[in-house]
Amino acid sequence: MNTKNVLKRSALVFFVCLLFSVIAFGQTKIISGKVTDAATGNPLSGVSILIKGTTNGILTNHEGLFRLPITAKDTALLFSYVGYLSQDVPISNGNINVALQEANGSLEQVVVIGYGTQQKKDLTGAITTINSKDFQKGSITSPEGLIAGKIAGVSVTSNGGSPGSGSVIRIRGIGSLNASNDPLIVIDGLPLSGNNIYGVSDPLSLINPNDIASITVLKDAASAAIYGSRASNGVILITTKKGGNGKPAFSFTTNNSVSKIIKENDVLSPDQFRQYVDANGDSSFQALLGNANTDWQKQIYQAALTTDNNLSVSGSIKKNTPYRVSADYLNQQGILKTDNLKRETIGLSLNPKLLNNHLKIDLNLNGSFFQRRYANGAAISSSVYFDPTQPVYDASSPYGGYFEWASKDPNSGAVTLNKLAPRNPVALLNLYSNTAKAERSYGSVKFDYSLPFLPDLHAVLNLGYDVSSGNGKILVPAYAAQNYLDTGQDNQYRNQNTDVVSEFYLNYDKDLKSIKSNINATAGYGYYNNYSKDYNYPDIRANEDTVPGSQPLFPYDIQENTLLSFYARAIYTYDNKFILAASIRRDGSSKFAPNVRWGTFPSIAFTWKINQENFLVHSNALSELNLRLSYGVAGNQDGISNYAYQPVYSIGDNSSRVLFGSTYYNMATPSAYDADLKWEQTATYNAGIDYGFIHNRINGSLDFYYKKTTNLLNTIPIPAGSNFSSTILTNIGDMNNKGVEFSINAAVIKNKHFEWDVSFNGSYNINRITNITATKDPSYPGTLTGNGVIQINSVGYSANSFYVYHQEYNKSGNPIEGVYADLNGDGIINQNDLYHYESPFPKWVYGFSTQFRLNKWTLSTVLRANVGNYVYDGTATGAIESNILNPLGYLANVFPEVLKTHFYYSQPYSDYYVQNASFLKMDNIGLSYNVGAIFHNEANLVVNAHCQNVFTITKYTGIDPEIYGGIDNTVYPVARIYSLGLTIGF
Amino acid sequence: MKNSQLKILTPLIWAIVCFCSCSKQLNLQPVNSDVANVQYSSLAGYKQALAKVYGSYSLISSSGTGNSDVSFAGISDVGVTDFFRAFWNVEDLTTDEAICAWNDADLQSLHNMDWTSTNLYVHAIYARSLYQITVCNEFIRQSTDGELSSRGITGDDADQVRHFRAEARFLRAYQYWVLMDLFGNPPFVTDKDPIGKYIPQQISRDSLFNYVESELIAIQPDLIAPKQNEYARADQAADWALLARLYLNAEVYTGNQRYTDAITYANKVINAGYSLMPDYKNLFTSDNNLNNPEVILPIAYDATESQSYGGSTFLICSAHGTDPTDDAAFGIPGGGWLGNRSVQNLPLLFGTNYSSSPDGRALFGPGTLAVNDVLDFTQGVEVYKFSNVTSTGQTQYSPNGVLCSTDLPIFRLAEMYLTYAEAVLRGGSGGDINTAVSYINTLRERAYGNTSGDITAGQLTLPFILDERGRELYWEGFRRTDLIRFGDFTNASYLWPWKGGVQAGAGVDSHYNLFPIPAAEITANPNLKQNPGY
Repeated sequence: MNTKNVLKRSALVFFVCLLFSVIAFGQTKIISGKVTDAATGNPLSGVSILIKGTTNGILTNHEGLFRLPITAKDTALLFSYVGYLSQDVPISNGNINVALQEANGSLEQVVVIGYGTQQKKDLTGAITTINSKDFQKGSITSPEGLIAGKIAGVSVTSNGGSPGSGSVIRIRGIGSLNASNDPLIVIDGLPLSGNNIYGVSDPLSLINPNDIASITVLKDAASAAIYGSRASNGVILITTKKGGNGKPAFSFTTNNSVSKIIKENDVLSPDQFRQYVDANGDSSFQALLGNANTDWQKQIYQAALTTDNNLSVSGSIKKNTPYRVSADYLNQQGILKTDNLKRETIGLSLNPKLLNNHLKIDLNLNGSFFQRRYANGAAISSSVYFDPTQPVYDASSPYGGYFEWASKDPNSGAVTLNKLAPRNPVALLNLYSNTAKAERSYGSVKFDYSLPFLPDLHAVLNLGYDVSSGNGKILVPAYAAQNYLDTGQDNQYRNQNTDVVSEFYLNYDKDLKSIKSNINATAGYGYYNNYSKDYNYPDIRANEDTVPGSQPLFPYDIQENTLLSFYARAIYTYDNKFILAASIRRDGSSKFAPNVRWGTFPSIAFTWKINQENFLVHSNALSELNLRLSYGVAGNQDGISNYAYQPVYSIGDNSSRVLFGSTYYNMATPSAYDADLKWEQTATYNAGIDYGFIHNRINGSLDFYYKKTTNLLNTIPIPAGSNFSSTILTNIGDMNNKGVEFSINAAVIKNKHFEWDVSFNGSYNINRITNITATKDPSYPGTLTGNGVIQINSVGYSANSFYVYHQEYNKSGNPIEGVYADLNGDGIINQNDLYHYESPFPKWVYGFSTQFRLNKWTLSTVLRANVGNYVYDGTATGAIESNILNPLGYLANVFPEVLKTHFYYSQPYSDYYVQNASFLKMDNIGLSYNVGAIFHNEANLVVNAHCQNVFTITKYTGIDPEIYGGIDNTVYPVARIYSLGLTIGF
Repeated sequence: MKNSQLKILTPLIWAIVCFCSCSKQLNLQPVNSDVANVQYSSLAGYKQALAKVYGSYSLISSSGTGNSDVSFAGISDVGVTDFFRAFWNVEDLTTDEAICAWNDADLQSLHNMDWTSTNLYVHAIYARSLYQITVCNEFIRQSTDGELSSRGITGDDADQVRHFRAEARFLRAYQYWVLMDLFGNPPFVTDKDPIGKYIPQQISRDSLFNYVESELIAIQPDLIAPKQNEYARADQAADWALLARLYLNAEVYTGNQRYTDAITYANKVINAGYSLMPDYKNLFTSDNNLNNPEVILPIAYDATESQSYGGSTFLICSAHGTDPTDDAAFGIPGGGWLGNRSVQNLPLLFGTNYSSSPDGRALFGPGTLAVNDVLDFTQGVEVYKFSNVTSTGQTQYSPNGVLCSTDLPIFRLAEMYLTYAEAVLRGGSGGDINTAVSYINTLRERAYGNTSGDITAGQLTLPFILDERGRELYWEGFRRTDLIRFGDFTNASYLWPWKGGVQAGAGVDSHYNLFPIPAAEITANPNLKQNPGY
């Protein structure tokens, strides 16, 4: 806390100083000119112009104009602009007018790779970069949303519509069963631990997307292997925006939106419901019917407002210290009433060059303040099931004036709550207050020193930190039916995380012209420590009494892990045609025993730039043709417990004590362990081509890959009696992913008035488990996953395949309750008749983006499609007659489907509920108008309007077919968002 | 190099130096737990570990009701992994004593007698038993004389730990008896085997019988004398009671009759100073830990200190519906679970007027004799035997009105009386029929409050013993073992509603006399051979 306060305060002081600093300097001569887009002739604002050999420079204004003081000895200007090819222009007399060539998907583009950068045309691995201009637009409040649908082989699946709930990111399918499948995320060289922050659903939601300049995804092991043990699920490199040159340039962006529920669950209407109860229920049920007509889903959802405002200023202090400061305020309501998120972020980037440019320093500091009120998610399923004939309020109710299922003693008038009935959804929301606050600060400083006596050798020190804390309180009054048994609650939660990174590496980059070669070699060392402290609190009732037995034994728990790494990479380029790259990383993890904790992760890759061969180099049509071949091994140790290899005793809770005589003793419990626990390894073979035609107006790539994970970190049942648990996390099993990725980007039309760009990507991935047990056993059906028994990991099938009974149907095509196919033909329908039926993972994933510009108007859209993904509609399993006429003494609503199936009891293991959830979605459609110069050319204005989650085409009958993991249990629905925004530059 | 450059380089050099000395930083330890040498450095540490030895059958985990020591695919409610609940499910729900209304295929298959090797509840008791055995093995390994002296534990402290160790061996023998009874040929691990990914060997039922017998005999001198140990800890009488139970069933386990030995050990318990609880129903009230002269070894539960949704909480809550008056009367204002009740056979042991039987053991509530719909809790007779109210009618405190504080006996004097009588009838020597009749009548006089229920020697037959065991010990985890000993468990000779999945009742194949080794275990342990028929 203290550290953070100090940081907060010093950051503020610093920003203030910065904003008021005005720097003037003397000049000898002014040179001026205009920069335009070569294709369209439109002026380009914000182009960086640097006097060659110095750090003096300036940016163009809104009309593309610039004025720059120069001295007599200056000879040339360097023009550079994100997304365009840079140009050197000699200084001449008179105006200098420059037309910059757009680098649309250009191979000149510089791409960040681990511990360095590379030109896109020289890449040896499967790497894709998306720049800010190609990000998803509209109301995007979390970084991963920016690239949804944009990269072949990368799927971004929303966790639902709750503000800040984030997404699941998967690169080339899943590579692990029980360790993490999340990619490693690195922001400006700072790898994030992904540690949970209490009160924050997704730690990534504390990062301001407005600060992001580009997102690069390392997909194959060859490019990711430099990140070693944490790279087997791919790596996402986030590069934030940096400062400019010269005078401060301000940019203000505001985005305001309203979100609305797209589709309610279809339930029986009050009249249908009454008819059903009157026709099917006896008098005791009919007596339970109410007189109201309540649409419970309308009662809990709202049209939600979001405002996101971002102000940034960038420029340069003196001539050698580019800076950028950005502040953002987000206030987002959820469509579920009472749900709200407020986030303030502030970011600073400083990039001074010192000691005659020998020392480059990159400093990034970021702070986030987060306030959240969580709505009670239980209201969502309750709103589906609650009796529509009951009123929301009941003045005589002792449960806060809300109607609840209860019985009244006719004599005493005493009201007794029906403890097993669903709760009033509105009361669930209004009588539940879960408020959280979180703070996070992260940053890094990189010193890049080129040795004066050997300028090709750079020594780089990178230090980073990420500290966060979260805390919150849950208040429920004693009279609320939802916490009736515990008479309310006044509970709190709190944790702190501190992650530290230090890396030191040497980089040597040398052109050896005599032998037409270039050598780029890197070697380094890294230290990574993740520390989190979780506080324990007793359970407190609304009246402040402590629930007996809940007093924690320890005030907190500490979880810590450390990783040490040595790494090296060499890239050899011959004649600008052949590139051979090899890397090796050796990682030691505190999660494993000393004898097995070090793992080695090598990679090798080769690129042949075919278009550089003599027979192609002069081709006008073909501008790029690279063949890439790579192989690499990466490891995984994330998502598993920190101390699983150690035999230790833990003291049990105060509610789990043992009586001897008249004294209760806390138990000392030995924990299960596997002393041999070690790395899970994924080897990836990748073959790809990058192609470009007509000066790269058409470009893209095609990749084939085969990923094989061995020594899977797998929680398996072990022989009872051999350890202190029935299951243990150990290294058993193999799994592979095979796939193809294809992308094409085309500037179909490009002229001064009209532009049309199209991008399409598609990928195919198939996942297979090839071994899952220590001893080969073909009769082993597999390991059931999750806590249900609907999915299974079995040899020969995709991970998490559905494992269900085959439903039998009657002549009219309706399912017959409890009648399943006797698949093994033994005359008995039992567990042996369950079968593997499809998987929740899509086989094909497509993304399509297009953009039309007509003069100042731009229309853009993004579509996505998944094919071959299946979803288990868990919500529909509740559509049974015994739920409407519940023997537990209440009525409950269900889907009208029950009128067709007439199921009396739930049939959760039927394949009837597993549905093809392939879909086509329009994520976004937007229109923007570039107003141009306003306020007497003092500012530049762009306005835009967007609609997100426009439509979904699917056969799936639930609310949303896109559910990671494939189990649909009344999730918080994703909303349709209508937003209006504007950007002013001044 | 210029000075300013040196200044800049200093942090670089400092950082490099600091990096290169940190391989040890990879040795991280959890903060709230200890390695063995720390845990076992004192008598108090040993006692905490002994608490886990017992807690392995009285609780589901050391961290509250939401976690379990054992886990396997398919569990959605960890409460089912509690020892007594899991044992009761396979011992009583499979018989004429109980039927459950919960719509859970695996649970229903217990009463229907069509369970398979993937049955969740079969797995639960198997895993729980072996878990306690594993914890006992660890304690036994850590408490050898060599370990004690190396840790400097001597004198009186060392003597106490020796008693602890004998108790751990007793509990291990008890769980091996459970496994031998239910599964016949379980895997066999002792303190001689390592912890890790060891693959245990299977042991045959008769070899296991010999092992359990030899252990129980060997540890007698190290156990504390009857009634001298702390409450809820095993003593010599518990050891003898288990031996008596073992010998009574020896013919089932090994084919050899050991009724004489059963009489010998039942006698040892009977003569050890125990007496019957004067009022039968007070054996099962929430103050049964106090002044209880009959119970030899209980499992202790407490709504605050030893919370579990198994044990007595399960027995009491699952036996009641949602009627608030009824729930309050049994000390569970937080509500009943609408689960277990009895089919007609159990109440009819007390006659058709079971609700007004003079036999005080007929503790039944409402419900129809006939069960047409298994899933309707009101069909079947509610069992009011266990209660969370004290013998004086006080509702025991419960933090949520659900958790109970009633202890459950696993050995009590009445069983020894019945064992003695049955062993005499089955031809064991060392006892006599008149003593047997007097023991039975002692039980019946407590039940009736007078001698009106007494029987004569002529009435004391084996079928009477089976019925009397039903009346005395129902819902205490005896019935399946008893029915097997009498040949009535799977045969069509004795039926009850929904036996074999048929409303009228039907016999099933005799392989159901043993439970299957869980399928997951067969896969995980290639040394195991499945029981015949599964």
